Amino acid sequence: MLRLLYWARLMRPRCNNWVNMVHQKVLHAADAKLEKGVIQAYASVITKAMADENAEILVLANSSLATPVAAKVAVKTGASFASNVTELPDTTAGFKVKRSIYTGKAFCWQELKNTKKVIAIKKNAAEITEGGGNATVTPYQVALTDADFNTTILSTEKATGDVLLPEAEIVVSGGRGMKGPEHWGILEELAKTLGAATGCSKPVSDMNWRPHHEHVGQTGIKVAPQLYIAVGISGAIQHLAGVNSSKCIVVINKDPEAPFFKAADYGIVGDAFDVVPKLTAAIKAAL
Amino acid sequence: MKILVCISHVPDTTSRINFIDNNTRLDTNGVQFIIGPYDDYALARAIELKESNPGTTVTVLNVGPAETEPTIRKALAIGADDAIRINAEPTDSFFVASQIAEHAKGYDLILMGRESIDYNSGVVHAMVGDLLGLPSVSPVMKLDIEGTKVKMTREIEGGKEQVEASMPLVAGCQEPIAEWKIPNMRGIMSAKTKPLKVVEPISVTASIALSNFELPAPKGAVKMIPADAVADLVAKLKNEAKVL
Repeated sequence: MLRLLYWARLMRPRCNNWVNMVHQKVLHAADAKLEKGVIQAYASVITKAMADENAEILVLANSSLATPVAAKVAVKTGASFASNVTELPDTTAGFKVKRSIYTGKAFCWQELKNTKKVIAIKKNAAEITEGGGNATVTPYQVALTDADFNTTILSTEKATGDVLLPEAEIVVSGGRGMKGPEHWGILEELAKTLGAATGCSKPVSDMNWRPHHEHVGQTGIKVAPQLYIAVGISGAIQHLAGVNSSKCIVVINKDPEAPFFKAADYGIVGDAFDVVPKLTAAIKAAL
Repeated sequence: MKILVCISHVPDTTSRINFIDNNTRLDTNGVQFIIGPYDDYALARAIELKESNPGTTVTVLNVGPAETEPTIRKALAIGADDAIRINAEPTDSFFVASQIAEHAKGYDLILMGRESIDYNSGVVHAMVGDLLGLPSVSPVMKLDIEGTKVKMTREIEGGKEQVEASMPLVAGCQEPIAEWKIPNMRGIMSAKTKPLKVVEPISVTASIALSNFELPAPKGAVKMIPADAVADLVAKLKNEAKVL
């Protein structure tokens, strides 16, 4: 039976290394009512845990669940709040964090002035490493009330087996240059070979060639993988805003004037239907 | 039914971002400001609900200085009935949420975008919900009213969730909740005379102070690889970029 270890679910392993410590204690709130991930209830549990443990700083990883939880905890505890944090805090004078703003087009450094601080880390901002901790796991009980369940989750649909786009280390994305949804097989094959997630540009999602949750860009998913491979995407500024935190960008486009080449690390001018299968074969041979 | 739609006033998505005054202020020279794209979805859904539920009113609210008024007028032109501008710089999420909460009592639905596209915190809806003791749900891709309940589809990593809550509630919206609406000439004309109330902010102790802005490090020049040399690309990704 699935038990909800909230630190494990909300504080992804990367946080341990990221704040340069291995937590000494794990509180295990194993209430069956928490299994569905009701935001208000999670916020109440964590608020109580912060008070019980005299915690001053709460660190979470940005996600559809953790970000609103973090915000509510910040309100309840009177903490300074920052999300999309991309680097270790600078504590040389005060407590400053660097945040990604303008959808990846810029950053800001801001000081969190209150004694209590809640920070949510941007996806893929810190590398996952395993620190050999020896924490003790303590069962943790919080009396939850009806007010903690002010939303009801009726059902959840989740793609299974696929690599989740927002957290993927490698992303293979396709644009209008793919000419139709029936041609996605070569991108999926490349993605499968690389263990990558698949993404797409806004026009592709608007035309329903691909599901909305694959739309990468300013008003879609922002990704920050090690490697982003863009096939048949011209590189509108709104798309670039969603990918410019990628470590390495490869652009494949038959138009040598495509603006995406200017934002790329490596570029190939060529027909996707010719280049992509060859690339997949070359990767299979090399890995 | 009374709907409140909170809108942000943000640089157009095509804007190039630069800073002035020792990287402490956005360079607004040549920047066009718009209703936040996600807020625009919230507004469009509110107008649809108004059209299908007689007696519904839509109020727009913005926290911002006087220069946001053309953006507010655009929301009125799209179909909102009246507007409130809270006369303050929207400095951080908690400040903005506190200002909204002060004026959001008495509404059945408080809608806004999932995030503003300038600071991207994506938490104002959650904070408003918490301040008012109301349910808050985001990012909402579909929102339907069934009696006093609201059924919503919320996007989660790699999928979606069906959520239900009672009104009043707060929702952060995103596509495809509704199609953006473009104001027509009649809307633009009537917007000029619709009520726009300006109120002073409540006092909120700042919990955050901006130090400075920073632009990403410039990218090195792209390395072009011939289409018939994909093995060369794979070698470079492995040995040079070290991403494979």
